[in-house]
Amino acid sequence: MNDNCCTRSVKIGMAELEVLDHPGILATLGLGSCIGIALYDRETKAIGLAHVMLPSSLQIKNDKININKGKFVDTAILELLEKMMKSGASKENIVAKLVGGAQMFTFNDATDIMRIGERNIIAARERLWELGIPIIAEDVGGNYGRTIEFYSSDGKLIVKTLGFGIKEI
Amino acid sequence: MIGMKINDFYMDVLKETGNIGAGNAATALAKLLKKKITMDVPKVKIMVFSKVSELMGSAEEPVAGVLIKILGDLPGYILFIMEYKTALALADNILMMNRVTGVDLGELKNIEISVIKEVGNIVAGSYLSALASLTGLRVRTSVPGIAIDMAGAILSVPAIEYGKVSDVVLYIETKFSEGTADIKGHFILVPALESFEILMKALGVDSK
Repeated sequence: MNDNCCTRSVKIGMAELEVLDHPGILATLGLGSCIGIALYDRETKAIGLAHVMLPSSLQIKNDKININKGKFVDTAILELLEKMMKSGASKENIVAKLVGGAQMFTFNDATDIMRIGERNIIAARERLWELGIPIIAEDVGGNYGRTIEFYSSDGKLIVKTLGFGIKEI
Repeated sequence: MIGMKINDFYMDVLKETGNIGAGNAATALAKLLKKKITMDVPKVKIMVFSKVSELMGSAEEPVAGVLIKILGDLPGYILFIMEYKTALALADNILMMNRVTGVDLGELKNIEISVIKEVGNIVAGSYLSALASLTGLRVRTSVPGIAIDMAGAILSVPAIEYGKVSDVVLYIETKFSEGTADIKGHFILVPALESFEILMKALGVDSK
């Protein structure tokens, strides 16, 4: 069957997440300090992508705003996994790629707001390690924005920047 | 908490500070450019995160963002953001350069970046002094930080700070005009957690 005929293509925004069965393409534009967490099932070719803003839902006291699962590293990974497994993926076949977590502004004193990208990267690595999901590729850190496209056909992830080129991870 | 409940009064006060602040900024810009600058009444808007990146059109739109740290009674940040081509035109204007073609991001010189940073600093500083005089709060500012990159990436910085207390971002849209050229900019005020209440109190709003 021709993949192109029924490929679904979805673009997600900040604090959103989405899971697609093969054939599908997921994209998110302008990742800055946020981190893009991409999960891929090597067997079913299902893909999941989250555009996450903060490292942990547990650090936020207000319950009302913790409903948004796509906002935090911990809740977004679990939600992605659950959705993928519902559509037939199995955890042992899932691998991860991380993109983003930049530090967009530099000040003399490294305050909390400036280091949020780095904290997002660390949180994502830790959560994935705890869940036993291997990270097979990363394009993280730096001081520039990134746009990503994630393909179910082979799990490839295209990273685009302004002035820092295009790469595939 | 204010993050949850942004009432009309609060919006009106922010609009008024935006108005006065933008007025100050227009005067400052006019001096800098030695040209007549007019401005529209600023609009105060609330946006959910998923739409924030599209504030400047596309999330990939190249923009210049100047971020200033607010110190004193109202700790937090203020971001002034404008389109890259607008920022470049402003810099050219100030540096008295006549360019035939645009400049790619990577080819910007330090002097141009410094000028863009200073414009953002003046504009955001004017807004802050209006806020300070309206509320009676004492604020100081840091040396500004600048980033020229995708709109979404730059906007993620204030959005993340808002993310700790709410699911929306509050911003003030300001439009300046010089002759036929529009300078469209947005302010995003990002009060630190404790500052929300300080601000509300200073504005005489019951934050309970």
